[in-house]
Amino acid sequence: MSEHPPPSGPATPDDRGCLGCEGPDGRVGDADAAAGDPAETRRSEMAVASAFLLSTLGAIGLGVVYWRGGQVQFEGLLLAVALGGLGLGFVLWARRFMPHQPVVEARHPIASTEEEVDRFRQEYEQGELLLGRRKLLVRSAGLALATLGAALLFPIRSLGPRPGRGLKSTPYQRGTYLVTAENERVRADDVNVNGVLTVFPEVAPDPDDPEAEPRPAAQADSPTLLIRPDTEVVARKGREGWTPDGLVAYSKLCTHVGCPVGLYQADEHLLLCPCHQSTFDVLDGARAVFGPATRSLPQLPIAIDAEGFVVARGDFSAPTGAGFWDRDR
Amino acid sequence: MARDRLVSRRVARWLDQRTGSAKFARTALGKVFPDHWSFLIGEIVLYSFVVLIVTGVYLTFFFDPSSSEVVYDGSYAPLRGVTMTEAYASSLDLSFDVRAGLVMRQMHHWAALLFLASMIVHLMRIFFTGAFRRPRELNWIVGVTLLILSIFNGFAGYSLLDDQLSGTGLRIAYSIALSIPIAGTWLTSLVFGGEFPGPDIINRLYVIHILLLPALIIALIGLHLGLVVRHKHTQFGGRGRTERNVVGEPVWPRFAFKSIGLMLLTAAVLAALGGLAQINPIWLYGPFEPAEVSSASQPDWYVAWLDGALRVFPPWELRVGGYQVPAPFFPAVLLAGITFVLLYLWPFLEARFTSDHVEHHLLDRPRNRPVRTSMGAATLAFYTVLTLSGSTDVVATTFGLSVNAVLVACRIACVVVPPLVALATYRLCRELQLRDEDAGLVPPERPRIRWELLRVWEWPARRKQTKAALARSGAGPAAVD
Repeated sequence: MSEHPPPSGPATPDDRGCLGCEGPDGRVGDADAAAGDPAETRRSEMAVASAFLLSTLGAIGLGVVYWRGGQVQFEGLLLAVALGGLGLGFVLWARRFMPHQPVVEARHPIASTEEEVDRFRQEYEQGELLLGRRKLLVRSAGLALATLGAALLFPIRSLGPRPGRGLKSTPYQRGTYLVTAENERVRADDVNVNGVLTVFPEVAPDPDDPEAEPRPAAQADSPTLLIRPDTEVVARKGREGWTPDGLVAYSKLCTHVGCPVGLYQADEHLLLCPCHQSTFDVLDGARAVFGPATRSLPQLPIAIDAEGFVVARGDFSAPTGAGFWDRDR
Repeated sequence: MARDRLVSRRVARWLDQRTGSAKFARTALGKVFPDHWSFLIGEIVLYSFVVLIVTGVYLTFFFDPSSSEVVYDGSYAPLRGVTMTEAYASSLDLSFDVRAGLVMRQMHHWAALLFLASMIVHLMRIFFTGAFRRPRELNWIVGVTLLILSIFNGFAGYSLLDDQLSGTGLRIAYSIALSIPIAGTWLTSLVFGGEFPGPDIINRLYVIHILLLPALIIALIGLHLGLVVRHKHTQFGGRGRTERNVVGEPVWPRFAFKSIGLMLLTAAVLAALGGLAQINPIWLYGPFEPAEVSSASQPDWYVAWLDGALRVFPPWELRVGGYQVPAPFFPAVLLAGITFVLLYLWPFLEARFTSDHVEHHLLDRPRNRPVRTSMGAATLAFYTVLTLSGSTDVVATTFGLSVNAVLVACRIACVVVPPLVALATYRLCRELQLRDEDAGLVPPERPRIRWELLRVWEWPARRKQTKAALARSGAGPAAVD
């Protein structure tokens, strides 16, 4: 049920209490300004003028600082003084010198009256004459609009490619060398005991631009941690031979929400992700042992070639990074 | 007409002859606004938005949203010779080589922080005083929408700079979107233009941040203020104040001057912060590299509750028939979704549970609605615990505790703190009411809360009852609670 409060309040023609009339608080007239003594008034006037003057000085100072080369702290401070002086001046002016007695305004009902609603409905419904089959027209218009709307959504498809194999594979293949961020191949001896290196799949130089420096680190789905723990890794089923010479390689992207797992606690053989503190056990296939991650870090099968370089024997054991709907399929 | 000697009067008359503005101006300047300090919070939201626009426009003249790479050669020596995107390089230029650029950048960032903080305090004021009740439910919906859009716009804004910290946050956002069942992989591919990071994301975020979302926000602010003018502002009860009037002061001259003064003072505070308080020192983070991360990594405060939720939620995921719903979906998508759905629905839920469908223009004192106040306080406590949980690593290192222990404590706090806060708030409200009674104040009548509506299984029977009652009384299809 709605309530229609009838208009009330002082009965002036435009339904407003008038300035200078007696308000509900019983106060009359320009209360503040007239009541003050001249000394008080003069003090307030000086206060307002000083605020404006301070603002002026601030603005001039700001101009000078800028002209002379700029300086962050002074720019901020002087701008604050310029703006604040103005603001303070206006507020003081309003509070001290502008009339302030309560004014009453009536609230009128928000909803229209029944007559207005009826009149609107009549005029609106008179918008159509001699109509036989309205439903047919409305439905066919609806169909046309809906299909047009759907058709207009198609350009959205151009925003990006169909999610495909890319999500589930990285550039690692059988025989891909592991390289540093400078695209230099990594040797097995480069990793000390209890050491960890961030490596990437090797990037072939661009045939169109041989001068350009290849950037392996730009391959955002394949940063890899190459670790030599001081204790032997327990190989998971099917992953025998993935850890030659005591080295083990895991994806650096956390399986929680994809942050690089940047912290290695060598004595406890734990990888710690700094974002949400997911912790992975290096000796147990990087199983998630604490924190919000549910899945182990995918492991990369590696081998050491005749010259001592570390190569991949295939892609990671699972898609890298965070999970998604059809990650396991 | 005799010629007015004052130029201003002549200009006003010239305008009126061409627009009929005098009548409108008289009505507009005569609008009455009630006077209470808590009504100024909404103004602060508006004025920080004005500062955002002004500083933002300035920044657009210098920022380059390009992902193409360039070797830095500006004044910040530690990064000279480093390869980085144009976006990051132009942000460094703004900070070090554009005069007053750093002040503008920092003012912009501080204004965003103040914008969202005051928006949430404003939402709390509206909630705790019941200003969302009829006829203002529409305005509540507009307001909650503004909150969501502003959170997204803030996130888009600080991710534009392509620094290491915000880039990590962008990766997290990507993974959260990826976790959405069925549509996640498509959504991320379309938004990012492929796999993370994609070649276009900075460009697209730029368009979203400077055009799409601000346009929506400005339109909704216009609607928000328009509705306030149409409904007239609410007021607290007191001498002479009723549901049928507004007691306050007219816009001209005092309210206008005070408001302009507040706008200038807000801008002044933001200018001081922008010059004196460092914020988002991207040069310390370095350009975004997908394989790198720094510790501790925290997002801006208004997104920290999501980060906290991600940390605190246990490693639970759903696996069905070869498909999976990964763990981040539940805290980051489901919880956020439920939060905002409940926020949107609150005015309607409260109206139903209290059988209160009449117009309200007088505000409640929070103590006089203890159930609403304690539920609101508990919700606030919950999101505060989540926000604090976004800093588990910082707390651990600062106080020398183990991260594991801090995390477990946060998990417990999420569950235990809100009910305790609800209880304490309820008792506090009742205590304050009793003191009011002792002081001779008569509290307004409290509606009976229909807790029985929570028994969802009774709804079909209830609908039948209502229909039968309506049929008997011969009334039309008008809904009766």
